[in-house]
Amino acid sequence: MTIAANDQIDELWRVLETVLDPEVPALSVVDLGIVRDVSVEQDGGVIVTVTPTYSGCPAVQVIERDILAALAAHGVREARVRTVYAPAWTTDWMSESGRAKLKAYGIAPPGPVADHGESELVPLLRRRVAPNCPFCDSTNTEPRSDFGSTACKSLAYCNSCHQPFELFKPI
Amino acid sequence: MTGAQTPAGHAERDGATSAAEVPAEYLLRLADDRLVLGNRLSEWCGHAPILEEDIAVANIALDLVGQATAFLELAAVREGRGRTADDLAFFRDAREYRNIQLVELPRGDFAFTIMRQFLFDIYDVILLEALQQSADVELAALAAKSLKEARYHVRHSGEWVLKLGDGTEESRRRTQAALDELWRFTSEPFLTDELDRELVAAGLAPDPASLRSRWESELSRILEAATLTMPDDSSVARGGRQGLHTEHLGLMLAEMQSVARAHPGASW
Repeated sequence: MTIAANDQIDELWRVLETVLDPEVPALSVVDLGIVRDVSVEQDGGVIVTVTPTYSGCPAVQVIERDILAALAAHGVREARVRTVYAPAWTTDWMSESGRAKLKAYGIAPPGPVADHGESELVPLLRRRVAPNCPFCDSTNTEPRSDFGSTACKSLAYCNSCHQPFELFKPI
Repeated sequence: MTGAQTPAGHAERDGATSAAEVPAEYLLRLADDRLVLGNRLSEWCGHAPILEEDIAVANIALDLVGQATAFLELAAVREGRGRTADDLAFFRDAREYRNIQLVELPRGDFAFTIMRQFLFDIYDVILLEALQQSADVELAALAAKSLKEARYHVRHSGEWVLKLGDGTEESRRRTQAALDELWRFTSEPFLTDELDRELVAAGLAPDPASLRSRWESELSRILEAATLTMPDDSSVARGGRQGLHTEHLGLMLAEMQSVARAHPGASW
């Protein structure tokens, strides 16, 4: 690959950093870790490889459209989005800057993904903890529901500032 | 599912066809279990007993329908008849659906919905764990993706079974009644047929019968903690995988497919 081609790839990544998740517009598709690869074919066509977050996430199709629109606005004439399912998306791929932006937006960032190993499918006594409050940073928080307004979030409550808040669930 | 979308992922497979592939028929089994159960669950949207549960059930329904879409897209490619995932979802009749009968039963009361979900979710996790080892790389990828979701599904339904079983007299009665009614539908997922035997031999899928002992041990552990009793009923409902269904599936599909069939070719 030539230096010019490398520059072009870097430039394409910068364009993709401007494409925001439609449901969590604090984050770009790059912050989320759903853009897995960007490449340029011999004929100059751009291929963006993405992986879906959740199987049923309705944002996936919008994201694909937004990526193509951003590239077109940047003068890329030939582009396509390729979807891959393996390896499956994990919140461990979320960038540090993405985590900071998420918190500033009022959503607690995801903790590390638990190792499932040989654990029982349904623990009889699940130790349920919630992350620090994204508003006041208190540790006096409690989980409310594993499910939230979008597939990627759950609900918690802060006993210090008495705010309900959402957290990005580790998956 | 939307009518206008290009099937994500499988339309562009880089021409890489793995030598080892399960046929569309097997993918329809996986897809239809999810599509039908997802639709049954979605009937609770706006009707669940509490707001958080309404959101939870709708989320799980969405996961299942999303998984079904991916399996149907792959099935559409593999059958090679020019049909799309939407064609497969909306233009097949009940006789062509390959889901187990367990998932098509009407949603019943909340205890019935939760118990049915738990019975399916345990099976689903165990099946997907095996399928992520499949020699069919595309199937393995979809299984690994779906497994992440199935793990929190089973935690959710399992914790509800504990709460309802070991709850009030009424919640326990309803939950036990649901289990008793559902029991004869719980053998079907573990029946092995000719297609299964071929796929086992090729390293593409597990023998359904081999999944049963772990399913039973996970189930009995939770039932015991929930003060519920495993039914003593040996009758077995079967036939879903071959397209034989209860009357309930046709009625559900009639509603689910009505818009697509009233406006064939429409996109939205």
